Amino acid sequence: MEVIMAFVIGFLFMAAVYLMLSKSLLRIIIGTGLLSHGAHLLILTMGGLGGSAPPVLADGVTDMADAIPQALILTAIVISFGVTAFFLVLAYRAYQELGTDDMNLMRGTDEDDE
Amino acid sequence: MSNFLLLPIIIPFFFGMLLMFAPKNIRYQRIGAMTGLTIALVTAIALLFKVKNEGIQVVTFGDWPAPFGITLVSDTVSALLVLTSVILAFFTVWYSISAIGKERESFFYYPGILFMLTGVNGAFTTGDIFNLFVFFEVLLMSSYLLIVLGGEKAQLRESIKYILVNVISSAIFVITVAFLYSVVGTLNMADIAVKIAAIGQPGIITVIAVLFLIVFGLKAAIFPLYFWLPSSYAAPPIPVLALFGALLTKVGVYAITRTYTLFFVHDTGFTHELLMILSVLTILAGCIGALAYFDVKKIIIYNIIIAVGVILFGVSQMNDNALMGSMFYLIHDMLIKAALFFLVGIIIAVTGTSDLRKMGGLMKTHPALGWFYLIAAFGLAGIPPLSGFVGKLLIVRGGFEAGNLGASIWILLSSLVVLLSVIRIFIYAFWGKEQGSLQQIDKGQYRMMFIPTAILVMLTVFYGVGSEWITPFMQDAANILNNPSVYTDAVLKE
Repeated sequence: MEVIMAFVIGFLFMAAVYLMLSKSLLRIIIGTGLLSHGAHLLILTMGGLGGSAPPVLADGVTDMADAIPQALILTAIVISFGVTAFFLVLAYRAYQELGTDDMNLMRGTDEDDE
Repeated sequence: MSNFLLLPIIIPFFFGMLLMFAPKNIRYQRIGAMTGLTIALVTAIALLFKVKNEGIQVVTFGDWPAPFGITLVSDTVSALLVLTSVILAFFTVWYSISAIGKERESFFYYPGILFMLTGVNGAFTTGDIFNLFVFFEVLLMSSYLLIVLGGEKAQLRESIKYILVNVISSAIFVITVAFLYSVVGTLNMADIAVKIAAIGQPGIITVIAVLFLIVFGLKAAIFPLYFWLPSSYAAPPIPVLALFGALLTKVGVYAITRTYTLFFVHDTGFTHELLMILSVLTILAGCIGALAYFDVKKIIIYNIIIAVGVILFGVSQMNDNALMGSMFYLIHDMLIKAALFFLVGIIIAVTGTSDLRKMGGLMKTHPALGWFYLIAAFGLAGIPPLSGFVGKLLIVRGGFEAGNLGASIWILLSSLVVLLSVIRIFIYAFWGKEQGSLQQIDKGQYRMMFIPTAILVMLTVFYGVGSEWITPFMQDAANILNNPSVYTDAVLKE
């Protein structure tokens, strides 16, 4: 099971890197979304996919899933959610001000602004 | 009271929250931020002496035994860094009052600084690897706000790149923590160190060490990963730039220092050799940049990169002298970089340009500014009585002891380049004939910007002259860095 997950995560990372190397800003943000999905799935997988019950105390359950990776993922999800929201609004503002979403046109030094 | 080490983290956070209630009341914002930082400063000084007198302070939340709860650890290394960051935040806020402008002040500028300080202090104090990630995100989120606040075109353009780079490095951080967790099965830093020592660092741990170097190297701007820094840091206004240049890269440097002296000490032939090569190349890249530009901001920004290389070279040597030198140089560099950015900010405010070729003759109109700049420039280069000397001396001595002659001599040569780059600013801006019209900034505003800068410069002079008083703290710090067992025993004994 872990091997299959490793392949899936590797595929997600590949797609994320490909998208982040493209010109359009929105494709880059979609890439960061895929990257964080990959990272979160990786935490889950690396914690081990053993355990037959959810990590909730109940009578007669002895074989529970590892609770720590789930807590880590939950934290990482809200953080990446906040950052992504900020990034999307920033992209919107940049589109309004700069009039482009092409990263190639967003080059330049301070001399260009004056 | 064992919770005392939390105060430098909680107080900025608390005052940051208080300031969010009345963003438009600028008077309240300024007084609140200054009050909060003064209290934080007092607690940070008290914490440093407490750690010196009573040994390493440890708190594990919720009374869980050490490897199971989140641990905060304050040893001399982190107490020194916490104190320095609070001092810098204090001076930055003081300088901002006249330098940042009312529009920014009324849009959560001061809460941004206070929350960033929360993240920085937390990152210096934490003893849990995932908690380190969370504190990194706290300081990064605040830095996103500060870098884009104002919404100028250059800021929008550069903050997109800054955020993208940091999102990627945060994802790699999470991935690395996941790998580490799957190998050692714990997140507590002391426990990780013990577990790695028990399995004797197999190949996979070395791979994780290199991944950590990539993650923290992206934050700290080491050689192949510094590409984002020069243009991003040139975008925000000067006080923000000073705060970033002094604090943010140093958090990455601290994280590399901590992981490479606590976790990955069993295969130094590979990991520390790699760190040394990268740090030498970092210095080279910084030197080239510092000489290439005529823009005052860019020159000092490339000097950040040089200093990161020098500190990490000291860390890579792994002996008492070099580690003590690194600590000396780290604190010195935080103080002097902030001072230099403040001075450069005043020069830009007075001349109205950041291009060296359009400046000249400031010595006649602003002699005090000129002399303070000269002192700061000599301090940066490490002229003996000033602050940069002791650190570099110890680093080079440690380098000789470890047998790395060529690299140590290269460190010494880089000092010449540093001196040349900052003296170029002095020659162009302060000597020669007056060029163009000076920007008319009124006397009161100039004084409000100059006083904190002058005090900070004098603080660096004191740091250099009074290094005998500071040495015991630094020795203690180097001892902790060089003997991981001191740290792990303090955390795990309870």
